[in-house]
Amino acid sequence: MQLYLPIAEVSVNAFLILGLGGIVGFLSGMFGVGGGFLITPLLFFIGVPPPVAVATGANQVVASSISGVLAQLRRKGVDFHMGGVLLAGGIVGSAIGVWVFRLMTAAGQIDLFVQLSYVLFLGLIGAMMLQESLRSILRARKPGAPIRRSHVHSWVHGLPLKMKFRASGLYISVIPPLIVGALVGFLAAIMGVGGGFIMVPAMIYLLGMPTKVVIGTSLFQIIFVTAFTTVMHAVTSQTVDMLLALILILGGVVGAQIGTRVGVRLKAEQLRILLSLLVLAVAVRIAVDLLLQPGELYSVAPGVLP
Amino acid sequence: MIRALVLLIALASPALAQETIVSGLSQNRVSITADFDGSEILIYGAVKRDAPAPDGKPLEVIITVEGPSTPVTVRRKARVAGIWVNNAEVRVDSAPSFYAVATTGPLRHILSETENLRHAITIERLIRAVGISAEAEQSGEFIPALLRVRTNEDRYRVLEGKVELTEDTLFRADVVLPANLTEGEYKVRLFLLRDKRVVAKQERLIGVRKEGLERFIFNLAQERPLIYGLISLALAALAGWGASAAFRLIRA
Repeated sequence: MQLYLPIAEVSVNAFLILGLGGIVGFLSGMFGVGGGFLITPLLFFIGVPPPVAVATGANQVVASSISGVLAQLRRKGVDFHMGGVLLAGGIVGSAIGVWVFRLMTAAGQIDLFVQLSYVLFLGLIGAMMLQESLRSILRARKPGAPIRRSHVHSWVHGLPLKMKFRASGLYISVIPPLIVGALVGFLAAIMGVGGGFIMVPAMIYLLGMPTKVVIGTSLFQIIFVTAFTTVMHAVTSQTVDMLLALILILGGVVGAQIGTRVGVRLKAEQLRILLSLLVLAVAVRIAVDLLLQPGELYSVAPGVLP
Repeated sequence: MIRALVLLIALASPALAQETIVSGLSQNRVSITADFDGSEILIYGAVKRDAPAPDGKPLEVIITVEGPSTPVTVRRKARVAGIWVNNAEVRVDSAPSFYAVATTGPLRHILSETENLRHAITIERLIRAVGISAEAEQSGEFIPALLRVRTNEDRYRVLEGKVELTEDTLFRADVVLPANLTEGEYKVRLFLLRDKRVVAKQERLIGVRKEGLERFIFNLAQERPLIYGLISLALAALAGWGASAAFRLIRA
């Protein structure tokens, strides 16, 4: 069934969009990532103009994150205190990111900048996660190996402004989560994503949060970052396509519910290996685009006169 | 003597413009609704004559359909430090969003260069790009690239030989409008040619507009962007909560 999108101004197959939303929602529920890093490139691929894809992707992520958070909430998998602190940092980072985004757009290199950020961060994080989870699986198979503590005391614990995060079982300074939140908010604004794929490993490895609350807290934080992004895009560039978002959402919320249930059955290490492979695959795909000679060297974009 | 000459010219000039066009369109408005998947326009017409058709060169017909023009930016990639990046661009002042030209025969056989310049019939004549030579090296390659990209997107079409002409009088052509149409007035031009020269010309308009739900969403996004953004969010939140509640019911 062909459907004409009023803002994107292209005609697309409604079932294809529904399926896309479903797959991305499934992954988002399973891994606690918003799925923005998947949905945006996929929408480009089916011919939706990039600004509409970025803005509408953000809107879709809001819905799948809410769906995911509600599922996590019943498992007591959301640390609201931690989420609030991360969010406070995130808003600051996102504001700086929007400013840098505007500077790069003026310089005409935003495409390259976004692609390089994708390759760099997805590649780096994917590789780190894969290595870490493989190592922990190998360690678990070797009997008598030293048991690794869930989090070790380091310089992080010497910082002032300590706060209790009951759900995470942590008593740490608010400074590291603030910095993590700001960093993720910054990258999220630049890459047009919620930032879950950065947030999840940052919470596990930098903050030492238990895996049980990581996904829910990440989703909780993503809701607000992407809601902010959606309204910003709607107001500044009118690029949110409601019809496209609605179909993506219909697929996405159902996918997210199924994904959350599948995620519960998998072991944390397996989950992390799968997520790292997915993240690496997207990074490699974008890197290949940058390295191989494109079939058409020229591209045409609607332009405004100076 | 002079009076006789004036009379002669007055009598002779209608003879030059003795062929006129009578035309019709299968539709003069195209509504873009939710299930819009392109549209086909039939353009038909007849040649009206006050006198018998002149001998000699045969009659030819050219029909053009032109979408609204916008400025565009054409960028070229090049390899810099191992990766492919956009490193040159030109700004084209105006290029049609859609252009189809249908003819009775090969353009270079039925249309002279002077007439093409005067009436701007081929797509190259409609693209305005002033001063692009200063914007990038090898700037001459950008306009052919623009034509190539848009031709691949089915936005620009040359349909040589696709106008059917019967008995030098009746003609018709089908032009397919793609699904990715831009809103606006589409200009249809009809030309009659003899000996590579335009002997008659007519212009008509097709209005392409979003209708119904498409119109409503588009207007809301443009005129009340904040409300539009908040409604989008509310829909997302509602759908997220609804799915969660529905799944709990199913499992319970």
